[in-house]
Amino acid sequence: MANTSIYSKLDWRLIIYYLILVVFGWLNIYSSVHAENSILFDFSQRYGMHFIWMCIAFGLALAIIFVIPSKIYNGLAWWMYILMIGLLLVTLVIGVEVKGSRSWISLGGIQFQPAEFSKITTALALSALMGKYGFVFKRTSCWLRAFATLGIPMLLILMEKETGSMLVYIGFFLVFYREGMSGWFLLAGLFAILEFILGLVFSPYVAMLVLTGTFLLIFFVRNKHVLTGSILTVVAITLLAFLPKLLAVEAIAAKNPFPAEVWLAAICCAACLFVLVRDLLMRSKDKFMRYLLICYILFTGFIFSVQFIFNNVLQDHQRARIEVLLGMKDDPKGVGYNVHQSLIAIGSGGMFGKGYMQGTQTRFDFVPEQTTDFIFCTIGEEWGFVGSFGVLLLYFLLLMRILNKAEQNADAFTRIYGYCVASCLLMHILINICMTIGLMPVIGIPLPFLSYGGSSLLAFTILLFIFIRLDLDQWKYLKH
Amino acid sequence: MSLSVSRKNILIAAIAIAFLAVISRLFYVQIIEDKYRINAENNALKYKVNYPARGRILDRNGEIMVDNKIIYDLEVTPIDVQPFDTLAFCEIFDLDEEFVKERFDYYRRYRSRIGFGSVSFLKQIPGEMYDKFAEKSYMFPGFDAVIRTAREYPVNSGGNLLGYISEVDQNFLNSHDGYVMGDFAGKTGMEMAFEDRLKGEKGYEIFLRDAHNRIQEHYENGEYDKEAIGGSDVMTTIDLHLQAYGQQLMQNKVGSVVAIEPSTGEILAMVSSPGIDVSQLAEINRYYSELINDPYKPMFNRAVQSAQPPGSVFKVVNGLIGLQEGVLTPDTKYPCHAGYQVGRVKLGCHNHVSPIDMYQSLMMSCNAYYCYVFRNIIDNPKYGSVGEAFDKWREYVTSFGFGTKLGSDIPYELAGNVPTRATYDRLHGKDRWKSLSIISLSIGQGELGCTPLHLANMCATVANRGYYYIPHYVKYQPGETVDSTYNVYTTRHYTMVDTTYFPEVVKGMEMAVQGGPGATARSVAIPGIIMCGKTGTAQNPHGSDHSVFMCFAPKDDPKIAVVAYVENAGFGATWAAPIASLLVERYLKGEISPERKYLEQRMFDANLLYKVKTK
Repeated sequence: MANTSIYSKLDWRLIIYYLILVVFGWLNIYSSVHAENSILFDFSQRYGMHFIWMCIAFGLALAIIFVIPSKIYNGLAWWMYILMIGLLLVTLVIGVEVKGSRSWISLGGIQFQPAEFSKITTALALSALMGKYGFVFKRTSCWLRAFATLGIPMLLILMEKETGSMLVYIGFFLVFYREGMSGWFLLAGLFAILEFILGLVFSPYVAMLVLTGTFLLIFFVRNKHVLTGSILTVVAITLLAFLPKLLAVEAIAAKNPFPAEVWLAAICCAACLFVLVRDLLMRSKDKFMRYLLICYILFTGFIFSVQFIFNNVLQDHQRARIEVLLGMKDDPKGVGYNVHQSLIAIGSGGMFGKGYMQGTQTRFDFVPEQTTDFIFCTIGEEWGFVGSFGVLLLYFLLLMRILNKAEQNADAFTRIYGYCVASCLLMHILINICMTIGLMPVIGIPLPFLSYGGSSLLAFTILLFIFIRLDLDQWKYLKH
Repeated sequence: MSLSVSRKNILIAAIAIAFLAVISRLFYVQIIEDKYRINAENNALKYKVNYPARGRILDRNGEIMVDNKIIYDLEVTPIDVQPFDTLAFCEIFDLDEEFVKERFDYYRRYRSRIGFGSVSFLKQIPGEMYDKFAEKSYMFPGFDAVIRTAREYPVNSGGNLLGYISEVDQNFLNSHDGYVMGDFAGKTGMEMAFEDRLKGEKGYEIFLRDAHNRIQEHYENGEYDKEAIGGSDVMTTIDLHLQAYGQQLMQNKVGSVVAIEPSTGEILAMVSSPGIDVSQLAEINRYYSELINDPYKPMFNRAVQSAQPPGSVFKVVNGLIGLQEGVLTPDTKYPCHAGYQVGRVKLGCHNHVSPIDMYQSLMMSCNAYYCYVFRNIIDNPKYGSVGEAFDKWREYVTSFGFGTKLGSDIPYELAGNVPTRATYDRLHGKDRWKSLSIISLSIGQGELGCTPLHLANMCATVANRGYYYIPHYVKYQPGETVDSTYNVYTTRHYTMVDTTYFPEVVKGMEMAVQGGPGATARSVAIPGIIMCGKTGTAQNPHGSDHSVFMCFAPKDDPKIAVVAYVENAGFGATWAAPIASLLVERYLKGEISPERKYLEQRMFDANLLYKVKTK
């Protein structure tokens, strides 16, 4: 009785979205690698291999729903997490180096990437941690634990030089936000990216101006001086914009050893410190003010280290990709080659595409990695805007469905896990597609369910189906 | 609750905005901007690939060892083909009409896959054929000749040392980036070792097609075209003529010769015989099955891939270890009456005066002497047990490079074998063996396996009086940027034997060539050059003894160290020694002195292949 009703209670909509995406991905992999006389089930070819992976994935999905008890996810979350950390450590030592990153383990001839699977264990561990009764994100001990749980795998994956996979983990901050982390964190993150770009493309001085203006505005709005504050800010920034001109006057320049941004930073930071110290002495209750000032100083430091980070911390290929993206260098034959070829492929698709297996750009191997990271090119070229829009719509519906289901669930563990799944998928989708259409630097991560690759297909399948299984459990609560 | 719901909505809104941004960018790229869009009629760009010329391989003096010649591949773009004169076509290319028909049936069957693309029709058509085709190409629209390069060898020197290139296969593609089907890559030898520098970069031109599928113009005025960049010429340390001479000496013999410049570790010549003739190398596919089935295995680079017992040349190493361990002085004398016998163990020796000191032992290659030395090393009470002493001995031997890959740039280098304690524990039972059980190691027999490269490296070490540079064949032309991986070849490697002991064995080796009666290699002394050498006759389970000789010259400031290893040929002094000494003379003097011409002729003429069992 209970077993038959499973079918009616399963979230078929999610499963159907999943199946459409996986099968569509396979058809496109076939299209982009098929040779003159290929057959669909040639197992020496990628589409043949992918078919095998698909079967394994479907088998796993069935097992997760029907066989594996759902209790283990919450109960064993930490054990799995620790096991995976161990595996990541092992990978660092014995891993096989593939294309510059040491992230693959070879087991009996099959290679797989533990980093793909550690998303699942991290998601489970975070859900177990934050879903526990009494977890309040604002409490220091709580958020510290959450950050550490997320930070350890991130650090290990970064050490494996899988920067792309590491970036995906940033998505978990959306989950933190949902669970009570201050939204300022997310805004600060976005603002840091903006400052980074400003500092690189224009100058540190421009970045300083934007920083100062933004913080002035926040300060005034916070103190309810919206109108006067805005005017004051605009005036102050406009005046400050002329400071470099003033410093460039020969008489001054001769005696002035520092560039303008140093003067500005020094003056503003001194002011901030002064207010901070005064605040502390007066034991002011306005904590927000204090954080704002500290943030300002930190951001100033960040702006001054942008050049250093860019030139010394980033690897050569990463730096080159960013330069191309920001238009600092036009290099359609070198680093920009991938992106340009990818854009031609997608752009030449037009409204309705060239039709399945009619793609000319992807056929000639001019788009690199066209079955893995650049699979979206094949879709864009052969199915056109309609096709790519369709894929995005499908992804959007999938994400919304997960979020709604998660939000409806009475169990905090399931809810948080649902958010984890959604943010993981979201990061992959956005980073991957934005890369192919030149909105982000080239970061090699797969497109969920569509890209070729056993590790990623299995990992995403497990990730999603654990959620579907957990979601099934809520009927248990409703009965009573 | 209200907080969480609103947060959910904020997140949804953020996701929606992000998706909208992506979609609007897609809309821009796919619908609005026509830089990327090509309109419906000419929806195909044609990519014409330009193949770069592969870099040439030069010898140490800049002479060309491997050159390029131009050949053509015939490509066809089926959709552009119009009915043509099949007869004339077949005549030009010397083809069957049936073949052409088959090909076109095939294209028709897979027309949807091929689309506007081009496929290869004929590969590697020779120049004359191309000229004939070029004259009449207007008659055959859709056919197009693509220039490619093939290898050409001005001198028959190198063979499998140079290696060959061939079309990449699926296995290769799986493990290498940047190649596609139809590309060529070095598969063995130098072609493989220097692949990255030789290959160059493919270029391409992009053309637009018009409504009738005719090529119309360069896409975006050629802004996205890429020029092919030819591969760089790679200089090597090989001396082209010395190499050729070595091959000539080794003809009709199985074995190898390695010559190294001791002061740099540069390989001057590396012969593996029988080798591949360069004429076969250029068209390896045609000869592949013949070569692979040849019982003498010409594809096999014996110089680095054949690990064999070194024989008596190894006495030099044991002597050095004895000196360093303090169990031997150059003046220590031991008796030898046609061999060494303790109980049932007997190791024979040839007739010579007795007793003799260390110099004489090297000069006359006495077996008994090294039994004494080896037993003194292994039974040295300071190590407590035979096992410990053996471990120490093994450490010494390994410090000469034996039993390890030396780390040269030669592909598929073997590590060889130096037995370990475990080897003998397995053979005799744990700790149930003593110095006498492993006595054959004293004269370089037993479980030792060394490649000729190992021996040449040891010879260079002795020539340098105690250190070696890793043997290598990469060299840089003056002014060329040196790759950082080159640094390993400029580091001195010292052995565990103190440099002060080396002059003693050098003296013994000098006596072996220049000494009086009883000297094993006096017959190969070169007039006017003081050469040091050591013969070896390696017993082996495969048939007659291997003939081994190592030598370097001149004694002071050595310019060349040579090892010759002639399989199943017999005494070291009979075959290996003349070959090695002739190579030394040729390198140092540029010619062979008249009184040694007969020796040279004898080596050229000798055919020892019959002595090698091929199973």
